[in-house]
Amino acid sequence: MNDLAARFRHGYPGFGLEVDLRLPPRGVTAIFGPSGSGKTTLLRLIAGLERAADGYLSVADAVWQDAQTFVPTHERPLGYVFQDARLFPHLDVRRNLDYGLSRIPSSLRRVSLDGVIELLGIGPLMDRKPERLSGGERQRVAIARALVVSPRLLLLDEPLAALDQARKQEVLPYLERLHDTLDIPVLYVSHAIDEVARLADHMVVLDGGRVVAQGSTLDLMARTDLPLSGEDAAGALIEAGVAGHDETYQLTSVVFPGGRLTLPRQARDVGQRVRVRILARDVSITLAAQTGTSIINILPARVTAIAAAGPSQSVVSLDLGGTAILARVTRKSVDALGLKPGLAVHAQIKGVALLK
Amino acid sequence: MFAAANLDAILLTAKLASVVTLLLLLIGTPIAWWLANTRSRLKPPLEAIVALPIVLPPSVLGFYLLVAMGPHGPVGQVTQALGLGTLPFTFTGLVVASVLYSLPFVVQPIQNAFAAIGPGLLEAAATLRATPRDRFFTVALPLARPGFITAAVLGFAHTVGEFGVVLMVGGNIPGQTRVVSVQIYDHVEALEYGQAHELAILLMGFSFVTLFLLYAFNRRATVPGT
Repeated sequence: MNDLAARFRHGYPGFGLEVDLRLPPRGVTAIFGPSGSGKTTLLRLIAGLERAADGYLSVADAVWQDAQTFVPTHERPLGYVFQDARLFPHLDVRRNLDYGLSRIPSSLRRVSLDGVIELLGIGPLMDRKPERLSGGERQRVAIARALVVSPRLLLLDEPLAALDQARKQEVLPYLERLHDTLDIPVLYVSHAIDEVARLADHMVVLDGGRVVAQGSTLDLMARTDLPLSGEDAAGALIEAGVAGHDETYQLTSVVFPGGRLTLPRQARDVGQRVRVRILARDVSITLAAQTGTSIINILPARVTAIAAAGPSQSVVSLDLGGTAILARVTRKSVDALGLKPGLAVHAQIKGVALLK
Repeated sequence: MFAAANLDAILLTAKLASVVTLLLLLIGTPIAWWLANTRSRLKPPLEAIVALPIVLPPSVLGFYLLVAMGPHGPVGQVTQALGLGTLPFTFTGLVVASVLYSLPFVVQPIQNAFAAIGPGLLEAAATLRATPRDRFFTVALPLARPGFITAAVLGFAHTVGEFGVVLMVGGNIPGQTRVVSVQIYDHVEALEYGQAHELAILLMGFSFVTLFLLYAFNRRATVPGT
């Protein structure tokens, strides 16, 4: 009942957006797609920064837009983090945070300022002007500023896109903490599949202003029929539990429906739930189980689908007994091995990344 | 230090420029805000009208104002109906003429300052619950401050420096409309070069110091971290 329903038809010359979405009331939903697919426009429509002539939007039973209604942005209880932070340059960090906070009646404040400062680790920055912050610090302040208004919906527009790799790694853990702390829906626009894999529970895949898929991140990541699978960083996600540690060789094993994976020793407790990512390019396929190989993770699998991914490559979807992963192989190998749906094979997994 | 007549002219000029600058900031700000944000087709013609005084000979503007505010002109009819008499050759008439004449010097810097802020920060303010009015006063105005300072200085200095419009609309009435520039002209006509020089060097110094301070300020305002 508390979910977000959005239906927009919005167009201008050269571009049209037509979406119809229902999103769950909590958790992070990634809006994923190539540039120009309408991700940011969709976010702006939801925030009321742009107005679709034909649109319906309700959040937690409150109608923000329909044929008669258009709630202006400043009356929508949302938080918005822009790609370029957009901190007020004439105010220091403290007064940037106060800007939104002071405009919220105290009866509607559900988020503590101190808690947010602690969550984003910006305590030492409070007296600085934005021009004296690094890109990563700016983005953390922008996230904090959006949170202190106690939003019912948090919108993030590629908050990491303008940052270099090191700054991304600085901000990502804070976004993961957000994910674990917030009990409101979060929409996260991104064109970076690795960010989506780390942060999102749900996904909406946009292409050319249309929704080409929506569903759980785990399901969509393992599909071969989406633009996702063609990406270099394509790969499946697996929810698993820590099964045990091998102290001699410093390894950790995790179990999931359909198998067990071994990876370098992780500082996790046995029984803890983790999310692991297996890139399609790290998975190869053999017809018989190999012996005499250095690869530790070899799992029996069944081919479920094969799709082209570029002129020479194919993406193969494999079922590991209830869990799907992707493998990227050459088209030549597909023919040489006679791969086809239903065939029993073995998946050799070279790399497993623990996400959280 | 100054002869009494010169001092009168200086005080009158200062009063005129102060009143005009204040009025220009009040009138010019909404015009500048509208011009900076509108996508209306009326924007180019309005911008052209605001900019007219830059290219028109002051006598042209002065002539039409004289006609309009005269006893048979549309403005004159209104002021007479209101029991205010006619405006030409009064201090009020001079204020009206000066406001029009200096308008572009105030509107353009403010408009540029507003335009430079862009929609991004105002959108951010909107997502932080600020109403449009609130956004104007808490984001646009403070960030446009250098533009306002430039506008006020140019508006003041340009009013001090005008001559043609004053002569056409205000004439040359001591204590009423006889400002410094007109007084200098008077002195020269009367061959009182010493008196003329006293005022002329004052205006010269004033103009230089004003512009120097303005450029120094703008330089500082555009260097980040200061």
